[in-house]
Amino acid sequence: MNFLKFADIKRGKDSSDRVGQLLLASYIILFFVFLVLPLGSLIFKSLQNKDGDFVGLVNYYLYLQEPALFQSLYNSLFVAITSTIIVVVIAFLFSYALTRTCMPFKGFFKLIALVPLLSPSILAAIALVYWFGNQGVLKEMLLGHSIYGPIGIIMASVYWTFPHALIILITSLSLSDSRLYEAAEVLKTSKLRAFFTITIPGARYGIISTAFVIFTQVFTDFGVPKVIGGNYNVLATDIYKEVVGMQNFQMGAVISMVLLIPAMVAFFIDRYSRKKQISLLTSRSVVFKPKKNFKVDMIMLSFCSVLALIIILMIGMAQYGAIVKFWPYNLNLTIKHYNFQVAGLGWNSFYNSVRLAFFAALFGTIIIFVGSYLIEKLRINERSRGLVQFFALMPMAVPGLVLGLAYIFFFNAKDNPLNFIYATMIILVVNTIVHFYTVSHLTAITALKQMDKEFESVSLSLKIPTYKMFWRVTLPVCLPPIFDISIYLFVNAMTTVSGVIFLYSYDTTLAAVSAIHLDEQGDVAGAAAMAMLIVYVSIAVRLLHTIITKKILRKTQAWRYNIIDTN
Amino acid sequence: MSENSKNSYLEVKNLSKSFGNFEAIKDISISIKEGEFVCFLGPSGCGKTTLLRCIAGLETQTAGSIIQKNNDISNEPPSNRDFGIVFQSYALFPNLSVFSNIAYGLINNKWKKIDVKKRVDELLDLVNLTDHAHKYSSQLSGGEQQRVALARALATSPGLLLLDEPLSALDAKVRVFLRKQIRDLQRQLGVTTIMVTHDQEEAQTMADRIFVMKDGEIIQSGTPSDIYTKANSPFIASFIGSMNFIPAKIISSGKAQCHQVEINCKTESFSDNQVVQIAIRPEDIRFNQENENDNLITAKINEIEFLGAFQRIYFHSVKVSTDPIIMDISSSIARKIQLAIGDELSLYFSEEDTKVYQV
Repeated sequence: MNFLKFADIKRGKDSSDRVGQLLLASYIILFFVFLVLPLGSLIFKSLQNKDGDFVGLVNYYLYLQEPALFQSLYNSLFVAITSTIIVVVIAFLFSYALTRTCMPFKGFFKLIALVPLLSPSILAAIALVYWFGNQGVLKEMLLGHSIYGPIGIIMASVYWTFPHALIILITSLSLSDSRLYEAAEVLKTSKLRAFFTITIPGARYGIISTAFVIFTQVFTDFGVPKVIGGNYNVLATDIYKEVVGMQNFQMGAVISMVLLIPAMVAFFIDRYSRKKQISLLTSRSVVFKPKKNFKVDMIMLSFCSVLALIIILMIGMAQYGAIVKFWPYNLNLTIKHYNFQVAGLGWNSFYNSVRLAFFAALFGTIIIFVGSYLIEKLRINERSRGLVQFFALMPMAVPGLVLGLAYIFFFNAKDNPLNFIYATMIILVVNTIVHFYTVSHLTAITALKQMDKEFESVSLSLKIPTYKMFWRVTLPVCLPPIFDISIYLFVNAMTTVSGVIFLYSYDTTLAAVSAIHLDEQGDVAGAAAMAMLIVYVSIAVRLLHTIITKKILRKTQAWRYNIIDTN
Repeated sequence: MSENSKNSYLEVKNLSKSFGNFEAIKDISISIKEGEFVCFLGPSGCGKTTLLRCIAGLETQTAGSIIQKNNDISNEPPSNRDFGIVFQSYALFPNLSVFSNIAYGLINNKWKKIDVKKRVDELLDLVNLTDHAHKYSSQLSGGEQQRVALARALATSPGLLLLDEPLSALDAKVRVFLRKQIRDLQRQLGVTTIMVTHDQEEAQTMADRIFVMKDGEIIQSGTPSDIYTKANSPFIASFIGSMNFIPAKIISSGKAQCHQVEINCKTESFSDNQVVQIAIRPEDIRFNQENENDNLITAKINEIEFLGAFQRIYFHSVKVSTDPIIMDISSSIARKIQLAIGDELSLYFSEEDTKVYQV
């Protein structure tokens, strides 16, 4: 009789379960509308001709026939691979200095190294123009080569991607078992051999992951090559030219696909290597503590000092350029560049950016945290949860430019009922949240995983509805990562270019986009001023975030500071 | 309704649970009386925790039913069932004080503030934690956290208390202390309790009745002493306490041949020439002092293990078996007779203490 009963046994649901299911269903719908369908229409567009007829792979064939476009693919790969190699090497040395040596001023160096995160990527390009451009101070150092081209793109890309690499590498170098080094020492292994047999293999997944992340960032970046690329074309600028310049949407879609595929491959390799990384350290490992070594410490100190100096010089020059009257002929200081003489690209775009950042941070944090909670803690609907998890990881593999273009195709279509959000602040907010979804989502998931998985079970046994438990325990405990997510979304919304370049309208111009257009129109000082405005806000918000976090955390996280050793 | 189910507080009928192709529990039926303290005992992976979670509603069974107080709760979500639970990890809310943790379930049931305070104070007193009311769980020792979890589970006076390996994260000494405390508390409150454990000593000292599980099935149930003395399989005999197994062949009624030696044993259910295992507990082996004439074995000491209150001696007897024969004697006796490795001695065990298992 048992097999007969099998079918009709279903778990009874309580109200929390039903709410959870409803929410889960809405996440699936939202992801479909704001991620899957737009990408679908992008693919579809690449298979159509100008009149909207289906033509199969004809556009791709045309693409391959066009040597100029093909050259861009080569150029993109060249700058991305070169930048990746440089960044991985210097970021590895820098993070090694921070984690494995007794170099002094570590805190200061770490702080300086993270400064590029606060600015849009174009700030580096603008600073380089002041240093090495046609009227640059150090133009001669390039020995006759022009900064406008691969040299400039690579230098600027290295600058802005460096902190991203550093964060990953610091994490992976911190995860080291000091017992391994002790074992090596007892076996009379030389320091150099220990480095190549323990340190490098231990960090290899971190290195692989870094390489793919940086590759994707440079490969898909739009702002830097736009500002400093000169005549050196890359895929990202090609898409922009095809779409904005020539209104050739089909070719834009095709190039987007060419951009998307390497990014996807890189994403999956990165995910794979991150999973491997986690398993390296067990709970029994003893965390490595560096020992003093005067020679190594001093070498690292000088290396880090040079890098820190370069970072300061870059951002310093951008600031200087923004307040110099007329570079390089009149070096008196002025604030007139902050008046932004070009119509439509002034303070209103700055305010728009702040609004966008605020909304993206507010709604994004709520949506992302609740979504990750559903995935992590709901007891039912395993398949739907898996689907939402998959959708949540997808945006990381989709370059901002591609997502933006996909949004045009999908939401600008006349028969789309959501057409009304096109060219409004709403579409910018939605696009920004989706574009930066994955990293925030993973932060939330990690935080939730650290919570005892039986909390929900205890609540159920005590007849507490899950939402109450969420409010009283999960939320307070997770406040630090929730703050981290909100600041991440805010700063990225302020600095992003590639995601929104296709989506702003006359009423919703944004600061980073304005900086590009100011530069395009020859107002480099204005562009520098606009980029610096973004930096000021990012710094201000960071400071505010630190203060608020400390205040609120003192209230809600009192338990964290009262930990005693119970053994 | 059967006679049985009228008296029972909780009844599990033909319960099965599969995860994909893996059958975690297979067609289990048990019945638990009101106020009883039962243990699900078994090695890891035997399905004991899954069974407990099914009873709580945290897992959904694939077949079978669960009846609590004559109500079929098989399809009810956990929030509609009447139980309190303590997990191995305790799952104390880290951001709430001890007081708030215990009050957590009460507040939701619309208790008045003053009643909540009264009830929590009562519970704190019950688990001897009155002084710790305003600490966070991270400030408590493992044993104290465990007691908070227990108090939280008991706060709403549930009819059924479920304990999922409640002591296994604790130090040996604390564990022994808490065993008694939990047992006393359970007697005092009379709450029907199910505990899951892999520690046979824990099960033996705490439970009224033990269900021994293996591979998703209950292979024996009974009082702790029943299970110890009348283990129905070699698996249980060796899982609960220690056991010597000697390969043998029945030669006639009451007699078996072990290698070169004849042994008297209880052979009721076996026929001649059947290959069997003769089992004897280490504490049932004695030194031959009074010239007993049955089951004498000459053996040589291979190793002596000092275990505090008693000593475990590993003998080797070429005539009986290639495996060592283990004997436990109290340390005070061992001190008197001065044993040394290599000594050859005559060992004795009575026919009464032997058990015979099929191979």
